[in-house]
Amino acid sequence: MSAISREEVAHLARLSRLAVTEEELDRFAGQLDVILQSVARVGEVTAEDIPPTSHSVPLTNVYRDDVVQPCLTPDEVLAGAPDQAEGRFRVPRILDEEE
Amino acid sequence: MTTIALPSYDDAIGRYEPVIGLETHVELGTNTKMFCGCPTGFGAEPNTQVCPVCLGLPGSLPVANRAGIEATIRIGLALNCDIASWCRMARKNYFYPDMPKNFQTSQYDEPLCTDGYVDVDVDGETVRVGIERVHLEEDTGKTLHVGGATGRIHGATESLVDYNRAGIPLVEIVTKPVTGTGARAPEVARAYVTELRDIIRSLGVSDVRMEQGSLRCDVNTSLNLPGAEWGTRTETKNVNSLRSVERAVRSEIIRQAALLDGGGSILQETRHFQEDTGDTRSGRSKETATDYRYFPEPDLVPIAPDPEWVARLRAELPEKPSVRYARLREAWGIGELDMQSVVNAGAVELIERTIAAGASPAGARKWWMGELARRANETGTDLADVGATPAQVAELQHLVDTGKLNDKLARAVLEGVVAGEGDPTAVMDARGLGVVSDSGALTAAVDEAIAANPDIAAKIRDGKVAAAGALVGSVMKATRGQADAKAVRELILERLSG
Amino acid sequence: MSDVTRMTASEIAGLIKNGEVSAVEVTTAHLDRIATVDERVHAFLHVDREGALRAAEAVDRGEKSGPLAGVPIAVKDVMATKGVPTTAASKILEGWRPPYDATIVERLRDAGTVMLGKTNMDEFAMGSSTEYSAYGPTSNPWDLGRIPGGSGGGSAAALAAYEAPLAIGTDTGGSIRQPGAVTGTVGAKPTYGGTSRYGLIAFSSSLDTPGPCARTVADAALLHAAIGGHDVRDSTSIPQPVPDVVAAARLGADGDLSGVKLGLVKEFAGDGTEPGVRAAFQESVEALVKLGAEVVEVSCPHFTYALPAYYLIAPSECSSNLARFDGVRYGLRAGDDGARSLEEVMSLTREAGFGPEVKRRIIIGAYALSSGYYDAYYGQAQKVRTLITRDFQAAFERVDALISPTTPFVAFPFGSRTADPYQMYLADLFTIPTNLYGGPAISVPCGTSEGLPVGFQVMAPTMGDDRMYRVAAALESAVGTLTPPEL
Repeated sequence: MSAISREEVAHLARLSRLAVTEEELDRFAGQLDVILQSVARVGEVTAEDIPPTSHSVPLTNVYRDDVVQPCLTPDEVLAGAPDQAEGRFRVPRILDEEE
Repeated sequence: MTTIALPSYDDAIGRYEPVIGLETHVELGTNTKMFCGCPTGFGAEPNTQVCPVCLGLPGSLPVANRAGIEATIRIGLALNCDIASWCRMARKNYFYPDMPKNFQTSQYDEPLCTDGYVDVDVDGETVRVGIERVHLEEDTGKTLHVGGATGRIHGATESLVDYNRAGIPLVEIVTKPVTGTGARAPEVARAYVTELRDIIRSLGVSDVRMEQGSLRCDVNTSLNLPGAEWGTRTETKNVNSLRSVERAVRSEIIRQAALLDGGGSILQETRHFQEDTGDTRSGRSKETATDYRYFPEPDLVPIAPDPEWVARLRAELPEKPSVRYARLREAWGIGELDMQSVVNAGAVELIERTIAAGASPAGARKWWMGELARRANETGTDLADVGATPAQVAELQHLVDTGKLNDKLARAVLEGVVAGEGDPTAVMDARGLGVVSDSGALTAAVDEAIAANPDIAAKIRDGKVAAAGALVGSVMKATRGQADAKAVRELILERLSG
Repeated sequence: MSDVTRMTASEIAGLIKNGEVSAVEVTTAHLDRIATVDERVHAFLHVDREGALRAAEAVDRGEKSGPLAGVPIAVKDVMATKGVPTTAASKILEGWRPPYDATIVERLRDAGTVMLGKTNMDEFAMGSSTEYSAYGPTSNPWDLGRIPGGSGGGSAAALAAYEAPLAIGTDTGGSIRQPGAVTGTVGAKPTYGGTSRYGLIAFSSSLDTPGPCARTVADAALLHAAIGGHDVRDSTSIPQPVPDVVAAARLGADGDLSGVKLGLVKEFAGDGTEPGVRAAFQESVEALVKLGAEVVEVSCPHFTYALPAYYLIAPSECSSNLARFDGVRYGLRAGDDGARSLEEVMSLTREAGFGPEVKRRIIIGAYALSSGYYDAYYGQAQKVRTLITRDFQAAFERVDALISPTTPFVAFPFGSRTADPYQMYLADLFTIPTNLYGGPAISVPCGTSEGLPVGFQVMAPTMGDDRMYRVAAALESAVGTLTPPEL
């Protein structure tokens, strides 16, 4: 049984904003299937009462004081922008609804 | 689009039971953003309050602002919530150009505060609104849509993004479903947001101004037949005033009732409140389809508030606004409606401080809720920024109380104070606005008025004291208003008696 | 004067300090070496000739001092360098010049090191061969037809090709240690949180660890000390001083390991390790025993699940970390023809800007975090992470450090593992458990197999970085350093 279908890969690519080609979809579907079948091995471990580890450092409560620091200059902010207008980042029209 | 005949509100609410829920976003008034040291001031030039962190530059990392955490805990405590002993921030993943990282740092299944309540007063009856959760997240940037009609996204040809607001701390407060309100659901919703606003304002953690967007409200509404399961809910966004909260619930109840009456079903969707018509209009219809792929934010370590810190914050909570207002109402000798106006005008502290500076409650309230409120309204400024301080108002009232100014002159002096000409006494002296207190000059003016109006003088001599008003007016005119009307009247009666 | 490019960092620093050579002379020698060999090696994506000479001049004027003042260094192109191109070897960041320095880069500048340029890597540090660089692969100086390891192949190759005596790498699943192993150089992954991630372009935030690359253990320790320590800009940075790794390396170099107990991981014994690698490792273990170390076998039963857990956690975090590359604020924008919507332009930008391995991992990550799969994949992987951490903790109650080959195989020929991504993943079999746990580990050369270098890995408890330097330095004193063939 395959772990992931071509349709699922297409959906995930869309969700990830990747305009993958048909040829890529075919290739990825096969490769991802092999990878996912391999990594699914984590399910073999009985770990019901095991707490998950999200951070490998045992730190908590790392905060900074509410003190203003220097900002970037407007030139620095927009230097890398692919497109800009009126001190803002310009983007093409946004679709009315998401997906 | 089919038009359905809408029932009246009373009609609609007679057949269905409403369930409402409110999600409120409060922008905190911290000096800096939640995860970086950029300032948070409103109205700066675009993209001038950004750094590598809030611009989401590759390699940058967030560090949490202690003041943001503290403010969230204080809000939670004021809403009677439990404070988590350990919780994490999470990433909410979705693409939108106003989010520099294309994920929002927020909280998911581990909110900082849970399970609280707010008691609100509706028509003299207390309604308890349960609080599901209070969590912390970051705000997004602002997108300007160009080329379409009236700045709407629909029909725009391009958009321009400003990230000054990106990363400002936002606290989201979510109620539990509110049931059993019946016809009063719109009033309960409004009373809840009002109370919430007052509580947060009393904490001093946000300026909670709906018109500037530092308090934003989404309203969930559903209807069900009595005894039946809850209906499908809609979420109304873009509700930007207290009045709109009430109107949004009301219009959504009517709209849903019409649909249900016609045998239709309610679509779970996001709707937008229309300020002009008071209706809600359908927005994006997905929501349920979106998978935000939440996971714990690996760049931030868990929040584990020290119990002693929480205890100290709890001990330092200010008096509950509702309790405080009841106390002040008593002390000031005013009714509930008057008190509500004072609260709505943002004048509570100003009046309190004016009284503390020596003015009578009535005198303090008169100036702040009269002349100064009118000015603030006209110029669109906060009452606190109108240009007069509580000390100045108290001084002004003192000049009136001691007869150095009459009401009309006092208004002129206040104008000078607001214009920045100095304290009331200084303005009075500089503008020469003091009441004419030279008894010689005043006596002469009174005698002149008596001589010029023999008929009236005769009536007064005959005991028709009320006629004195005409002579007072004449004297006031002669002194260009700079006399104390009460003193003038006494003088007239004295000259004409016996 | 002998060739400064063949010297260690500490030798170079000593000569500069004594005025026997100027920092500018040292820098020029290395820039010349790069000019001579890098066309064949392709270790560098960008050489900052002017910036390097300016930094060297400042040292010569006496403006900077310290144990590494004037020493040239190569920096992996995943670290933000102010005004100097930073691409993470991706087309999506082509031409980007960051407006800020990574904390480590700032510390390198403060220490008076001379940054020669930015080194090649697998795109966004995803890979084990540097073949996934969008700008072409780096060659292994030992055999130009073979891979230099990855993702930090450029940094390791720069050392082996004598283009730089020191380099900065980043290690998420072995990206410092595995290139070190296959190029015959030293690479250390510090304790997670012991070196700042601020300015490191994130691949997998909970695993990424910057660290030192060098030709000797002592040099690696010097660099480690210079870049390590608490950083207020990184919330996961440990607020404690770095253990004294320089003293530990010195101690180890004396060649006495009596009283030191080392653990062989039982679960690594059978796993497809090449016989030549196994043999070189075995000989090194015997050498350590001769130095007085006690070697015992320990079981870490969950290590066999490290690779699958890693290939769920790392892609999940990367799918989120790489979402910011959308053609709005910086980098590439593709397909903006005035008619397409933002959504289309974003998708075309990311399609054009990312290479196949990056796309594969983004999709795996999106899958593992999806609401229906979260518990079975990402959630379960985080639990496995707990179990692996417990395995390490239990092992370190019995032994001072764990040892293993760094990677199961020597440098492989180009193209031999790219067709099957999972075969590539196996290169990190022995290095990944440490990343999931967060402890430090080092790879040190321990001989050759088929004429190619073999790496020996020492893993220590968190904040026990000094311990691994002691063992690594002792091994180095016993088996010596490796010298690649002349280019």
